[in-house]
Amino acid sequence: MRFVDEFRDAATIRRTCEEIRRLADPARHYRLMEVCGGHTHAIYRFGLRDLLPPNIELIHGPGCPVCVLPMGRIDDGLALADRPDVIFTAFGDMMRVPGAHGTPLEHKARGKDVRIVYSPTDALALAQRHPDRHVLFFAIGFETTAPSTALVLQRARAEGVGNFSVFSNHVTIIPAIRAILDSPDMRIDAFIGPGHVSTVIGCRPYEWIARDEGKPVVISGFEPLDMLQSVVMLLHQLREGRAEVENQYKRVVPWDGNRAALTALAEVFELRPFFEWRGLGFISQSALAVRATYGAWDAERRFEVPGVRVTDPRAAQCGEVLKGVLKPHQCRLFGKECTPERPVGALMVSSEGSCAAYHSYEYRKTVAATPA
Amino acid sequence: MCLAIPGLIVDLDVRLPRIAVVEVSGVRRRVDLGLLADDMPGPGDWVLIHVGFAMSRISAAEADEQMRLLRMLGEDESAMDEVRGYGSAQADDPGEAQPR
Ligand code: SF4
Repeated sequence: MRFVDEFRDAATIRRTCEEIRRLADPARHYRLMEVCGGHTHAIYRFGLRDLLPPNIELIHGPGCPVCVLPMGRIDDGLALADRPDVIFTAFGDMMRVPGAHGTPLEHKARGKDVRIVYSPTDALALAQRHPDRHVLFFAIGFETTAPSTALVLQRARAEGVGNFSVFSNHVTIIPAIRAILDSPDMRIDAFIGPGHVSTVIGCRPYEWIARDEGKPVVISGFEPLDMLQSVVMLLHQLREGRAEVENQYKRVVPWDGNRAALTALAEVFELRPFFEWRGLGFISQSALAVRATYGAWDAERRFEVPGVRVTDPRAAQCGEVLKGVLKPHQCRLFGKECTPERPVGALMVSSEGSCAAYHSYEYRKTVAATPA
Repeated sequence: MCLAIPGLIVDLDVRLPRIAVVEVSGVRRRVDLGLLADDMPGPGDWVLIHVGFAMSRISAAEADEQMRLLRMLGEDESAMDEVRGYGSAQADDPGEAQPR
């Protein structure tokens, strides 16, 4: 058991693993989806697969914001960066994500003003320091990140900063889960719910999954013991024929979420009628657009956005991997044309993308184990 | 980027409402407390930080565990890069960077 000894409380981990073995019916195959990309990263990093019996399969969900963004949105954002007055800003995670015409970093190399920010606050501050330029913030993220963008837009309006706008690619997690449950090729038994998204939205938005779909949901923390305990809680529910939303991560996630964050979200953003997700297609009411009251700070209202639709390179199977239909290494390009050094798809860029996580930990392990 | 960074509030900014000075492994940066407006933390409180905003209050023990988790995930350095980057508007143009 790799890593177990460096875990805090190795004895408890071992006991929890034994409990999992005891609870899992050997005649049954379990498909548990971890929704959040942070969980995906942790699962590979800690080798949690090796701790679980083979009939418990972990399916990686759509919770990596960089990974689910269709290529066209990147091209749209970068088209705005072509305007000579524009300073294009984005989180570091975005910089190596390829659009059809290259990554933000490559645009920078071609002489466009592309800069990394670590907080949307700093994009606004940049605008205040450069009143002669227009600072565009390429916003990505689920409900964990969107409230920060909302507060920055409120501040931009309050302080009357006219040379700042947000290109919103914020998405919401619940409709993506619904799309996965509605997809005919998916069969999920239960969900490991996202930890940090839930600090904002709380546990109630998942209740329909248990009530209407009969699938257990456990909101989980990110430590190895957290995730193993969440598996125990899910197995208990499945064994007893219960389907409920349970909160394993109570120390950080309040049942009702964060009211201040939800209020800011509702004031600044509204749901788009539909939005395209890589791999999942168009999902209704699944993304956030800036409200008309903040229209002056909305890049999509201020500028002519090309609205390009680009399909992924034909051989790339990001969509199937995102839906959990294929494992990362089953993609035709994995480890060959597509590597972390030269990524074809976004799942190979972000540390939360399942291809990058698989490549860093599992694949190297397999390669190392193969005699030359 | 969904992994949050633990920090200790050491001071409040007297010039700006809801901005705190937070220390993460010896590095001090300004962090926005606006998302915790319903239960505003103060100096001596630990918070989880995400993209420059405090997103929840945590205990000192939980903060310790979170740092350990980041180390175990190999994310501690990029977390510190993120914290150091707050307030610099861009990491790639040091002429512009304003350590605040
Ligand atoms: S290996 Fe590359 S192309 Fe294939 S699914 Fe992963 S990111 Fe997409």
